[in-house]
Amino acid sequence: MGIRHNVAVSASPTELEDLALGEGLQLSSAWVTIVWNDPINLMSYVTFVFQQYFGYPKAKAEKLMWEVHNDGRSVVSSGTREAMERDVQAMHEYGLWATLQKADG
Amino acid sequence: MNPGFHRHQSTGAVVATFSAGEADLIRSLSRQLIELLHNEQAVLETDPDPLEALLDFSGPTSAPDDPVLARLFPNAYRDDDQAAGDFRRFTEGALRDSKSRAAADVIDVLEEAGLGESPENGVFIDVELDEATAMTWMKSFNDMRLAIGTRLDVAEGDEEFWAALPDDDQRAHVHDIYTYLAYLQETLVEALSDGWAVDAAEGN
Repeated sequence: MGIRHNVAVSASPTELEDLALGEGLQLSSAWVTIVWNDPINLMSYVTFVFQQYFGYPKAKAEKLMWEVHNDGRSVVSSGTREAMERDVQAMHEYGLWATLQKADG
Repeated sequence: MNPGFHRHQSTGAVVATFSAGEADLIRSLSRQLIELLHNEQAVLETDPDPLEALLDFSGPTSAPDDPVLARLFPNAYRDDDQAAGDFRRFTEGALRDSKSRAAADVIDVLEEAGLGESPENGVFIDVELDEATAMTWMKSFNDMRLAIGTRLDVAEGDEEFWAALPDDDQRAHVHDIYTYLAYLQETLVEALSDGWAVDAAEGN
């Protein structure tokens, strides 16, 4: 994916379009990390993790925590597939239940 | 009840005092967690690619059977078994190791603070944690709670069920431990968040 990205940077807009259409090139923010609700994790802890790991301000971290709690899930980050795999791995290390998927999936 | 963790006002360390019995309980839970983490290393699926087999990316590719381990190491992809297997193969081993090391760190701190093999009544264990160690304890308490909570099959809003269990029901005792750990973890989160408040006030 890194190599494709470099090609894209040096390509003209038309070539970019061809690439995008021809190879189904992923936009860099096409993946998301989702955190799912579970009955065990403490709300304060989940908020803390969002602040600590993502560097989100407390208000944003709390908003995401409430989304997890009330809606059952929340998109907590977006970016490349590799970046989202790192985020998911980090969430698992903290004990949060996280998955990644394509943004529109 | 144990007041849990707080920031020491002058040193800034995260501190707590446990009775020998409490410290022994935490050590025992940490040991059980380590044992669990080394259990049931998922069986490797035969790799059809000989080159990849030679490179030995030897991690499991399927979710653990034990619901506790499955909760500690969830699938990273919901609808893509192949991707979930690949992710697991490259991450689960390291995750198991780091969680196991964290629990071992908890035991080391307790023993360095004076917890003997057989805890004596009337002895208190003072622990003093720097930032990184406090983070390790917080994560490890969370792992213990995930393990116990999954075993007990706790659900949201089920407090009345647990409160109504007779005292001789083993699950009531285990749920008390679960609640105790939640309290300790909550105070750890608060103590660590206090550190941020101090940083912000000092403009760091």
